[in-house]
Amino acid sequence: MSDALDLKLSLHRPGFALDVQLRLPAQGISVLWGASGSGKTTLLRCVAGLERARGRVQVGDALWQDDDQAHFVPLWQRRLGMVFQEASLFDHHDVRGNLHYGLHRLPKAQQPAACQALDQAIGVLGIGHLLDRPTQHLSGGERQRVAIARALAVQPRLLLLDEPLASLDGPRKREVLPWLHALRQHLQVPMLYVTHSGDEVAHLADILVVLEAGQVRASGPVQEVLSSAQWPVHLGDDVGALVTGVVAGLDARWGLCRLALPGGELWAAADDAPIGSALRVRVLARDVSITLTRAEQTSIQNHVPCLVQQLVPHGPEQQVLVQLDAQGTPLLARLTARAVDQLQLRPGMPVWAQIKAVSLVR
Amino acid sequence: MSLTPATWGLSPEAWPALALTLKLAGVTTVLLLMLGAPLAWWLARTPSRWREPVGALVTLPLVLPPSVLGFYVLVALGPHGPLGQFTQWLGWGTLSFSFSGLVIGSVVYSLPFAVQPLQAAFEAMGSRPMEAAMTLGARPLDAFLTVALPQARHGVLTAAVLSFAHTLGEFGVVLMVGGNIPGQTRVLSTLIYGHVEAMEYAQAHLLAGGMAAFAFGVLLLLAVLKRRHGMRLS
Repeated sequence: MSDALDLKLSLHRPGFALDVQLRLPAQGISVLWGASGSGKTTLLRCVAGLERARGRVQVGDALWQDDDQAHFVPLWQRRLGMVFQEASLFDHHDVRGNLHYGLHRLPKAQQPAACQALDQAIGVLGIGHLLDRPTQHLSGGERQRVAIARALAVQPRLLLLDEPLASLDGPRKREVLPWLHALRQHLQVPMLYVTHSGDEVAHLADILVVLEAGQVRASGPVQEVLSSAQWPVHLGDDVGALVTGVVAGLDARWGLCRLALPGGELWAAADDAPIGSALRVRVLARDVSITLTRAEQTSIQNHVPCLVQQLVPHGPEQQVLVQLDAQGTPLLARLTARAVDQLQLRPGMPVWAQIKAVSLVR
Repeated sequence: MSLTPATWGLSPEAWPALALTLKLAGVTTVLLLMLGAPLAWWLARTPSRWREPVGALVTLPLVLPPSVLGFYVLVALGPHGPLGQFTQWLGWGTLSFSFSGLVIGSVVYSLPFAVQPLQAAFEAMGSRPMEAAMTLGARPLDAFLTVALPQARHGVLTAAVLSFAHTLGEFGVVLMVGGNIPGQTRVLSTLIYGHVEAMEYAQAHLLAGGMAAFAFGVLLLLAVLKRRHGMRLS
């Protein structure tokens, strides 16, 4: 018995090799992130059984593949949901017909429970008003939401999403993202989510798996992976930490909100998030500087006490990435080698992080 | 007033010939769809090196003279041919000069007209709809019947219409395999031939004109449907 997702897969093709060993929690969103050609989609397809890699796939207590025991459950017998880049709706059915396609193929005894799960998914994804529409009359964002609900209708043990937002334009993406958030909050289905978009990582990831040339370069809780100085990850913009805080107060006069972190607080541009709700912010390494004492009389609003964890030379220009720990909240700062030398920074040293800019993830 | 062939100025043989023609075209179309769909699917999907030779073989009836085709079908169905020996072993006797023989000849003759539109439709569709269906718990055959075929419905319709219309008009194969036996293997095209041989031009005109008009009507209908539904075709 196990409630984790255990993967050990290898696939060798001319010019490409996938070699992956991963153990992921069976809850929340695990994001497989990497450039195109890194093997993230292939890995997802191997987990689904759409492609045949050698190895082992276990999802909770369901063993889907174990080549040591010559065990391979065919795709259609795995209880999984899959959402492709294009919604791939069946245009000979209306929305309801699409949603019921998988449901009708479940054993009779499981259908009532699945029906309830489907109703819940329809509610969470806000597609109740679309049920009688032909699929051709849906917008791109609506199509993807229907595709997600269709995949959830079989009560999957695991929901696999292969760049579900990649075919949508910017505004449509922002339209669908909140629904994915809602899914994570309201449904207990673990998700394996493939993307190359840093934005989606910052928004959705609980666990981040960085793939490079078919191998896992880093994996773990997203906050830890993104604030590693050893293996810095560029999410498209720059190296930087992802910080989760709780809205503790609002300053209407300046349009700011106060985010409480385990090790201090941050001021960020006010969001319409209510007090008490969790918010994610990005703190880029280039926006963090270090002082040995709390600086007074400075324009910078955010000061967080930290311990230096690690110093790693970074880039060609004599720069150093400093990994900081603000009592449980990891941060990254990028300094010049000269500044590090002048401040005599060493691991274990208490310092103050001055944060010039905090950007809300939204 | 009852509708007799004479009402239309036709010979009494016209009605049975028409009935037989429609029956032949109908049976052939149904068989071609059943046979052509899996064959077209295989041709559209397989990475096998047999794909090209099989594809060429399927296209062959398009370029061979029908009499050549009919000749080979006749030989194969005959008492010494492989199919003939098989049917004799089954206790059916030989099928040449029978309706079953005509059906076999027609299926071979119209095969490319069924396979090509289906293959084009399956190729345009890609493998994604099948994959989506299988992730939703459908076995491959189930997914093929409930997703791939309906998604390729325009190709199926085109294949059916072309198979039907093409079988209506066949002559060489019918003559070689079926002879021209009234009520058994005499279809419209061979009846027209008979009328012309007998210098009955008026009756030949009626039948020939009717067939031309029917074929035109069918193709026009197909074109209009395609346009209206934005169908894609080979």
